[in-house]
Amino acid sequence: MSAAVNDPAAGLRSRRIGDAVFAGMSRWAGALILIVLAAVAIFLVAQALPALIQGTDEGESFLAYVLPLAFGTVWAAALALAMAIPVAVGIALFISHYAPRRLAAGLGYVIDLLAAVPSVVFGLWGIQVLAPATVPLADWLTANLGWIPLFAGPASGTGRTMLTVAIVLAVMILPIMTAMCREVFLQTPRLNEEAALALGATQWEMITMSVLPYGRPGIVSAAMLGLGRALGETMAVAMVLSPATVISFALVTTQNPATIASNIALNFPEAHGLGVNTLIATGLVLFVITLAVNALARWYVNRRTVSA
Amino acid sequence: MSAVTQRANPLTAGRLPRWSNLAVLAASAAVFGVALGLTAAASGAAFPVPAFVIATVLGYLVLLVLLSRVVEGPRKAKDRLMRNLVVAAFLLALTPLISLIVTVVGRGAARFDIAFFTESMRNVTGEGGGVLHAVVGTLEITAAATLISVPIGLLTAIYLVEYGRGWLARAITFFVDVMTGIPSIVAGLFAFSLFLLLFGPGSRMGLSGAVALSILMIPVVVRSSEEMLKLVPRDLREASYALGVPKWRTILKVVIPTAIAGISTGVMLAIARVIGETAPLLITAGFTQSMNYDLTDGDMMSLPVFVYNSYISQGVDAQAYIDRAWAGALTLILIVMLLNLLARLVAKIFAPKLGR
Amino acid sequence: MSKRIQVNDLNVFYSQFKAVEGVNMVIEPRSVTAFIGPSGCGKSTFLRTLNRMHEVIPGARVEGEVLVDGNDLYGPGVDPVLVRRQVGMVFQRPNPFPTMSIRDNVLAGVKLNNRRQSKSEQDDLVEKSLRGANLWNEVKDRLNLPGSGLSGGQQQRLCIARAIAVSPDVLLMDEPCSALDPISTLAIEDLIEELKTEYTIVIVTHNMQQASRVSEKTAFFNIAGTGQPGKLIEYADTAKIFSNPDVQATEDYVSGRFG
Repeated sequence: MSAAVNDPAAGLRSRRIGDAVFAGMSRWAGALILIVLAAVAIFLVAQALPALIQGTDEGESFLAYVLPLAFGTVWAAALALAMAIPVAVGIALFISHYAPRRLAAGLGYVIDLLAAVPSVVFGLWGIQVLAPATVPLADWLTANLGWIPLFAGPASGTGRTMLTVAIVLAVMILPIMTAMCREVFLQTPRLNEEAALALGATQWEMITMSVLPYGRPGIVSAAMLGLGRALGETMAVAMVLSPATVISFALVTTQNPATIASNIALNFPEAHGLGVNTLIATGLVLFVITLAVNALARWYVNRRTVSA
Repeated sequence: MSAVTQRANPLTAGRLPRWSNLAVLAASAAVFGVALGLTAAASGAAFPVPAFVIATVLGYLVLLVLLSRVVEGPRKAKDRLMRNLVVAAFLLALTPLISLIVTVVGRGAARFDIAFFTESMRNVTGEGGGVLHAVVGTLEITAAATLISVPIGLLTAIYLVEYGRGWLARAITFFVDVMTGIPSIVAGLFAFSLFLLLFGPGSRMGLSGAVALSILMIPVVVRSSEEMLKLVPRDLREASYALGVPKWRTILKVVIPTAIAGISTGVMLAIARVIGETAPLLITAGFTQSMNYDLTDGDMMSLPVFVYNSYISQGVDAQAYIDRAWAGALTLILIVMLLNLLARLVAKIFAPKLGR
Repeated sequence: MSKRIQVNDLNVFYSQFKAVEGVNMVIEPRSVTAFIGPSGCGKSTFLRTLNRMHEVIPGARVEGEVLVDGNDLYGPGVDPVLVRRQVGMVFQRPNPFPTMSIRDNVLAGVKLNNRRQSKSEQDDLVEKSLRGANLWNEVKDRLNLPGSGLSGGQQQRLCIARAIAVSPDVLLMDEPCSALDPISTLAIEDLIEELKTEYTIVIVTHNMQQASRVSEKTAFFNIAGTGQPGKLIEYADTAKIFSNPDVQATEDYVSGRFG
């Protein structure tokens, strides 16, 4: 340091070098992320290409192979989302507007606990606890509401059905969706809430007049985030679902379409040759689907913020 | 105060007494309890608890709304209905949480013993055995993933907050967002393809798993560090510049120390998120029954894969495998909870006193 | 439409803290009453007890009586929702619902009552309320645009239109001009002048010129010190308060010696 003090030019030089090195390092770290992502895309495409061109090793075209899987992926995620949205909004409202102030933070933490449970544990719980518990429900549904295609029979005797998978997925995406909804609900301007109350609104009317309209973009992006998670979820589906190669909307039968992610997890360890390429190609399809969902979410949110 | 015309206060409205919720709930429970109990007894079946709960709740809601509609009017009835539905949503979400915790603790306790943590699964076909190999694998792989992700993630965040301008910063921000949405199994496939190209076929190893986990971890680290760095007040930086301190030393000595608590919290939460990942490790690190301390040589077991594998490939003594799976699940949950708790503690204790 | 307010021995608490103590007051119908006093003296808090809006803050509670035409707002079985329909409120900062159009903002309160209204009835009400708030000519061509696109003063008049659309008996205004420029302030003051022919108006203001311009009676609130409850010091005709008050503190305040 004393040299730097005695020789201001040298100090300046070392300072410039330090700045340049540090700025360069941080820039390269950022660039590395881009390189890695490009590599992800290139390697996946390279590995997927043989399957895309030749089809699977059973000789069927890749499209015919991936279609039921893609359907199963989207169907399971959509079901999970349909279950999770109302519950997530309800919990978020409970924590932000109904629960006593002192309890609210603690209750929020309780829901966050769900997020800390690894997916493999959810899978274990789903197959050992939830699946058997849904069997009577499935029996009842097929017996009494079997005329609705969703609940067409015959009911699965193990409970390893689309219904169980959707419930597990819904529970898994609940915490993140709840957290996001809660944040936007809490940000509702107090003035707007008071304006509604001063007009003589009940608590619920106040929520429909000020909180929900204000939070709608937040709810949508929470839903999209949840959808993205549900689409990519692997282990819980792989463990719970009893898969078949079908395209079917039935919720409680033994004939369930598998999802892309679970199909990879179940077959990858034993796959070889073209089988590996096929699975990687399905992974690419999954990547494209999740990318589209995320892009849609971002587009929606940005559109809202620009117009508002 | 003439007693002649003591008219009613027009501001009052009909209102159900405070105990009406409980009373209606009890009435509903009683009605359906008796009805379902009688039908169950008549057919000789057990009392259908789930059906009872569902019927009671539905009956409660319908009855309460009808009562409120008559006494308090339609607006209050709707208010009451929504209030009850919101509470119901919360209780509904608690059900799986409680069930999960009770099951994991209850069934995991069977094998949650010393042998479980001091032995591997080598040459074990029935009872006994442990997860030592999986715990070691998980710790090594996660540590390696953290070593890869934190420098890259933190430096990127610094770039975005302190230097980033122009197309590169925009591209990085955009692609970090994209990365957040990569499904974990796709990250696994990527690491697998990468190592396939680098080392040829059949090259499953712990390091490959670490790379897969890094892909999941980096965007989380970037995001949280970026948020924390942005929270550092401008004045602090300017004060440092005004003293003639160069930018890089300002970042190292002023900005990062101020944000370090938040950054460590973010890193720990990121670790907690990836430590439970199964799918990418299944593909990249594979599975083994033996100890393997070497990240670069051969299959490496990890705790989540152990849980999955114990359940999927049950041996001759199926119960022993299932018990081990639950004990593994309990261990995993405890580790994740501990990390979450630590992260919160760090955030609380070392939070900078910014006086905002 | 206009009603008389009588306040008997009112105390307001936030949990353990006593914010306002022992207020007695009679507010005549079809008049404007101004509340003045230094910051934190409890005048806004007291105003909010007149339509039970203070209950929105957790832990807030009240002792005493507030009678509107003889009916106690705090009597047993009184529904705050009904109270707020009869006692409307305009806030310090304009707060139109950002997601609603100008038209929907005006109709927001009316729609709550589930009264089925034909479109022409609604149109009439929107026009009447906006005219009442001196806003009709400025917005009649853009009723379906969001209310957040208006200027601050216009937004505040929109909020007044929204409040009078439900035809309340009393209109409470909590520093309605504090976030506005002088021209918008004048517009609002003119409006208050017109509104008092139909409504009982109570206005909290920091601006003593405003109080002397718009009100018939003025109430001066003060606190003895931090942590002490606010009290009603003097309540009389505005002219008297500003020229010849009975209490020394009032004179000190209105002559600008403190506050």
